[in-house]
Amino acid sequence: MKEMYDVLIIGAGVVGCSIARELSKYKLKILVVEKGEDVASEGASKANSAILHAGYDPVPGTLKAMLNVRGNEMYDELCKDLDVPIKRTGSLVVAFSEEEVKELYELFDRGIKNGVKGLSLITKDMVKEIEPHINDTVVAALYAKTAGIICPYGYTIAVAENAAQNGAEFVFNSEVIDIKKNGDFFIVKTHKEEFYSKYVVNAAGLYSDVINNMVGAKPFSVHPRKGEYLILDKDQGYLARTVIFQVPTKMGKGILVSPTVDGNLLIGPTSEDIQDKEFKATTREGLNKAITVAKRSVDKFDVRKTITQFTGLRATPDTEDKDFIIGESDVKGFINAAGIESPGFTAAPAIAEMIRDILKDAGLQLIEKVDFNPKRKPVIRFTELSDEERNKLIKENPAYGRIICRCETVTEGEIIDAIRRPVGAKSLDGVKRRVRAGMGRCQGSFCGPRVVEILARELNISPLEVTKHGRNSNILTAETKKFLLEKASEVLKKEVYENA
Amino acid sequence: MLNYDIVIIGGGPAGLGAAVEAYEKGVKNIVIIERDKYLGGILEQCIHNGFGLQEFKEELTGPEYAQRFIDKVEEYDINVMLETMVLEITPDRIVKAVNSKEGVFTIKAGAIILAMGCRERPRGAIMIPGTRPAGILTAGTAQRYVNMEGYLPGKEIVILGSGDVGLIMARRLTLEGAKVKAVVELMPYSSGLTRNIVQCLEDFNIPLLLSHTVIEIHGKDRVEGVTIAKVDENREPIMETAQYISCDTLILSVGLIPENELSQKAGIELDPITGGPIVNEMLETSVPGIFACGNVLQVHDLVDNVTAEARMAANSAIRFIREGGFKKSNISVKAGKGIRYVVPQRINVDNIDKRIKFRMRPTDVYNNAILAVKSGDRYLLRQKRIRLTPGEMIDVNLSKEILKNADEKEGIVFLVEEG
Amino acid sequence: MEVKEITCIVCPLGCRIKVEMEGGEIKSIKGYSCPKGLEYAKNEVTMPKRMVTTSVRAKGGHLPLLSVRTKEPVPKEKIHEIMLELAKIEVKAPVKIGDVIVKNILGTGVDVIATRNLYKKEVS
Repeated sequence: MKEMYDVLIIGAGVVGCSIARELSKYKLKILVVEKGEDVASEGASKANSAILHAGYDPVPGTLKAMLNVRGNEMYDELCKDLDVPIKRTGSLVVAFSEEEVKELYELFDRGIKNGVKGLSLITKDMVKEIEPHINDTVVAALYAKTAGIICPYGYTIAVAENAAQNGAEFVFNSEVIDIKKNGDFFIVKTHKEEFYSKYVVNAAGLYSDVINNMVGAKPFSVHPRKGEYLILDKDQGYLARTVIFQVPTKMGKGILVSPTVDGNLLIGPTSEDIQDKEFKATTREGLNKAITVAKRSVDKFDVRKTITQFTGLRATPDTEDKDFIIGESDVKGFINAAGIESPGFTAAPAIAEMIRDILKDAGLQLIEKVDFNPKRKPVIRFTELSDEERNKLIKENPAYGRIICRCETVTEGEIIDAIRRPVGAKSLDGVKRRVRAGMGRCQGSFCGPRVVEILARELNISPLEVTKHGRNSNILTAETKKFLLEKASEVLKKEVYENA
Repeated sequence: MLNYDIVIIGGGPAGLGAAVEAYEKGVKNIVIIERDKYLGGILEQCIHNGFGLQEFKEELTGPEYAQRFIDKVEEYDINVMLETMVLEITPDRIVKAVNSKEGVFTIKAGAIILAMGCRERPRGAIMIPGTRPAGILTAGTAQRYVNMEGYLPGKEIVILGSGDVGLIMARRLTLEGAKVKAVVELMPYSSGLTRNIVQCLEDFNIPLLLSHTVIEIHGKDRVEGVTIAKVDENREPIMETAQYISCDTLILSVGLIPENELSQKAGIELDPITGGPIVNEMLETSVPGIFACGNVLQVHDLVDNVTAEARMAANSAIRFIREGGFKKSNISVKAGKGIRYVVPQRINVDNIDKRIKFRMRPTDVYNNAILAVKSGDRYLLRQKRIRLTPGEMIDVNLSKEILKNADEKEGIVFLVEEG
Repeated sequence: MEVKEITCIVCPLGCRIKVEMEGGEIKSIKGYSCPKGLEYAKNEVTMPKRMVTTSVRAKGGHLPLLSVRTKEPVPKEKIHEIMLELAKIEVKAPVKIGDVIVKNILGTGVDVIATRNLYKKEVS
């Protein structure tokens, strides 16, 4: 008898994983189907501004507004349970002219209507007290106390791990190619296999329109809105203490300057509508734009201190209200959590609650699990330990005494742990996103070969099979001598042929 | 807390040279701290030859050169800590390190010699636009894979940067049966040794595209190709010249950066041009008793020079332990027209017996120029130099007699006068 | 009269040496700075030679490859063949630096020697 799932979630980004974790509190058979090789490996969950928005930006009365504010509140407890670093830095929307100050009032009003706490409009002097390195051209700002910063993929991984711990199943490298309603359950097809489930939740981000349209529900479309970012070295991190926004436009919240939770400086994102859902490249124009506009807020940063750049694609819905598409579609049992762009990350835990309620209304029986464990096993971070703690740890497990990533001071013990945990790392990027090995100044030049060796050993594969991020992104091509041996045997064949 | 007279951070050619010299000069309570599984540093993966022509009057490969020193270290039974990472050094010369056997431990050092070498500039630091597939790696990492780990990173290669590491890898990969389609160089000249241009590119008919750069990387999971373009006088790409080269690997040889994170955290002043510590004629940094030599001080082209520098640092460290310190620097040393930087950056002639060796690099290629040293309007030296190129370090020895003519207020300036 | 211009590669000076040749015979050599350079120029125009530095596969050692080199320069035209020949070899640890790995490679009269020690890998 083929396994029948209660809920099959398509997409292991922050929305899909949050829904999985929420549902894992109940006696349900849950499966998350992800096309990429890892959690948060393909879409916006790994390439965004890493912010917990306060919630003054969305239009009042929208799902974005409600779920942003509700989600924001939930993060402190979630991060405590899931052992994820979070910093409530607060945010500033800075105005450089009287015109722009008018916009600040508008945002303030919106924030009040949305129920945002801790909002205030502050003068130039107050701004400079909070941010001593901000440009002197600042006139005033909207200060939001509840805004914060977090590692978005680190959080998503933690959520997935806890969901798996509590019984949710995950399959990777499984792109959904067809969904058919068969009576009172769905047949979800990937290239490799078929899954049966009573309910399907669509959390496929940029491809949530494709998935929705596959099942024959009332169609909608989602297009990519590209955002390019730069990360600067930790010695630039002092330049911003809060998340510094400029006044928003209709293309979005604009280019910000923000510290990251690890101490780097983040600049971006740009905002450009494109057509190709797979266009994940950075561009000269995009990066230059991010730099130029960011300098309006803080011109002191040294661009030469950039260590990496990346592009994220927002899943922007082509609907009239541009709001989140959350609800049961006109195909019974098929639930959308689609078109989730900013403030999607902040809203994720609240979206999960809402989806749970929608599923309940749609007939799903929710029986609470007695043994649900909201906490995941704490993560050992060598850099955060005292020397005494380190020594105790190394005595028990010498792998914690071997430093593999010298730029970020990451030990072999931490890397092994990242691989062995539920929903563990399987690739170089997987390790990078869990423990930061390769995210420092040298960008993996030093630790790369060592991490490849550890992955090969732990996963019991050849180093030739180790990938950067799954699929054909193999790091290495052949063993040294292979091409020569091939040539040598060709020469031999040729000689044999000629002598025949 | 452990106690050593001299703590040497790094077991590559600089660290090894310093250790052997210190021991031979009578200071035996020393330790080399090395993060890798074996001594030798970067030489272990430099299996090509060209090392030791000055030091040993022989042409050796990297591992052979290193072994000469490793043999002495073993013969003298000098203390070595392998697979040990230094976490921190303090201005009062306490070294904190960690390994899997001892855990975290501290050492009180009579003197410290910094010999940490350098790291490579990665793609992100030069902001090449495009995708982020597998198949992009720095030349040193590629070298480690090919020569030590036993793996080839790709089959069809484009190399950005004609620095020595890039040139050496062009040859290495070609010898192993890969196809190197081009070496792309931003500047109008190569920064590598002429010898390497001939032996690594010309010998194999690998095109060297000067005044070109990579403007985009393509490929979703693995590199599929790069777009290159010619650049103008401002090193900006001329978009009309853009052309696509298909390849599965992009190797970057775009600069070496002295590895001074530890130095910075210890409050040691760094020279923004060299990337290494500011030192005096004793190779002492701005923190008394902490010395620097090798690539951590300035990026060298010849390991023989690294060994010479390391010996100097060792002798200075010994003098420091025995005499307690040196006279404060009173003459600044500056780079003038045509010179990019000079090491040491400050001196006091009273500290030396005979002469000071200054090392520097020119900013550009000069043929038949005059290398001059001035103090104010006065010339201390004028030397004809047939060829000056940024890829080759210049040595200038100035005797105590000559240096006594330097004016304290004016300092001394090294410059190039065109012929 | 033919003039061949070559860059000497013996040391980093990279002297540009001009060799005048007539009928395959060297008539004059100008531009070298040392006897090694003169020797190099003479050889380069008549029978160019190169040192080959590479690695061979190794078994049971602390590294999967043993770095080797030709003891002396070998004819440049034989390099590719030498690489193919060496690709077939697999050495067993332990090996001492300087050990002859292949005697008289491809009849050149030049040995291929180990350039590092290869220690036997400890089986834990």
